[in-house]
Amino acid sequence: MSENTSSNESGTSRVKRGLAEMLKGGVIMDVVNAEQAKIAEDAGAVAVMALERVPADIRSQGGVARMSDPDLIDGIIDAVSIPVMAKARIGHFVEAQVLQALKVDYIDESEVLSPADYVNHIDKWNFDVPFVCGATNLGEALRRITEGAAMIRSKGEAGTGDVSEATKHIRTIKGQINELRSKSADELYVAAKELQAPYELVREIAESGKLPVVLFTAGGVATPADAALMMQLGADGVFVGSGIFKSGNPAQRAAAIVKATTFFDDPSVIAAASRGLGEAMVGINVSDLAAPHRLSERGW
Amino acid sequence: MASTCLTLLLPTVSLSVAGSQLVDQLPIGVLALQGDFREHLAVLELLGETAIAVKTPQQLEHIAGLIIPGGESSVIDKLSRLYGLYDPLREAIAGGLPVYGTCAGLIMLADTVLDSIDGQRSFGGLDVVVRRNAFGSQTDSFETDIRVPELGDVPVHAIFIRAPVVESVGAKARAIATLDDGRIVAVEQGNVLGTSFHPEITGDTRFHEYFISRVRASG
Repeated sequence: MSENTSSNESGTSRVKRGLAEMLKGGVIMDVVNAEQAKIAEDAGAVAVMALERVPADIRSQGGVARMSDPDLIDGIIDAVSIPVMAKARIGHFVEAQVLQALKVDYIDESEVLSPADYVNHIDKWNFDVPFVCGATNLGEALRRITEGAAMIRSKGEAGTGDVSEATKHIRTIKGQINELRSKSADELYVAAKELQAPYELVREIAESGKLPVVLFTAGGVATPADAALMMQLGADGVFVGSGIFKSGNPAQRAAAIVKATTFFDDPSVIAAASRGLGEAMVGINVSDLAAPHRLSERGW
Repeated sequence: MASTCLTLLLPTVSLSVAGSQLVDQLPIGVLALQGDFREHLAVLELLGETAIAVKTPQQLEHIAGLIIPGGESSVIDKLSRLYGLYDPLREAIAGGLPVYGTCAGLIMLADTVLDSIDGQRSFGGLDVVVRRNAFGSQTDSFETDIRVPELGDVPVHAIFIRAPVVESVGAKARAIATLDDGRIVAVEQGNVLGTSFHPEITGDTRFHEYFISRVRASG
């Protein structure tokens, strides 16, 4: 039409990071089938996360956890109009290629599944579909961003219903960002070395005081108050895994967690949302888990 | 100290003048239920406006205009009804409150929405039919330059993220920007403005300035 218009560019960083920006203030819910996806959408989820088994089942059943069956993912995509995310194993770039071919909206390179590579993560720049990755601290978050992650979620300890690790990870990431802010320019070189992250990215964060991508939190969130806690600690939004579909009344609990996430700073709303939800998921104390069973220690 | 003096003085000094000044000084609100409302607040503040995050019906009475951000329209709709914002906001828009919606915000302002979830509603205000998520999945999201004659000769760099398009424009509204293929991606009707894309994340403030000029002209 005009010489001023350029051709369309897809898969750019702005487009990838931009979708995460639109999810802020929302709840992303783990689902294993189309029926659960519909319940999540009706309850006010901003996106759903497709996986083979929710973390609590992966934990109790053991075995190797992999990407979902493509038919189940297709079913979920057909069932809802909100974005559909799906999990690939750490380092399993072919699972990621498959998920991109299935046209999911986001890929979670996730420690909740069994890692496919104990050395390398996926080179996420090779994909048009954006990736979210877990992190337990700022260095890990920056390494994932360097590999092309367009969104970060603090890991927590998935499938436990114990929010303590989620609290620790979001506090650690936020705290390390604050430490960077207080450093003088010449101290940032050593900070980059200690964080095992690229200097340019470290300097950018020291200046801006925030990650260049959206930061959600995950792992052990089971109640409306848990979700509000994460928001008050500075998360941009919340992932809820087993907490919804392993509870007594998933639809009601899902809607309550959405409310508490929006009105995270209003205790009376959180109180109202917390009433009459029935049983929460059965919890496992993270401190009772032997180290090899801690998912958050996968990824490096 | 200075602000204390002001509040003390206001009632006694020029009541008649204070009335119109106060209208001019009303902040611009950004609907803050879900989505990228902080980016809109930042642009408004960059442009020297006082901006507030709107979450309650009471706040609607103290704003000169409102921006509805990008986000998930089905969630923004649901939360607006849960917190009693839906009816007051619908009435405020019908009553002439200037409103600008980006992406999900455009969907919320459309009189008719296609491909919505069961029971999804919009506030209305734009006599248009909008199709949700019209381009496909996230891998079909894109950025491109578009021409917007209202904003001058320099093209607007527009970011479309699982974006809606305006399928048809009724008699009361008018298209102000299209893609090369003719699909309509920006519309206005009186003081209501909607774009399929997200000027709030590009650093180009012209759409916000355009909206602010409407807000201040209507005050």
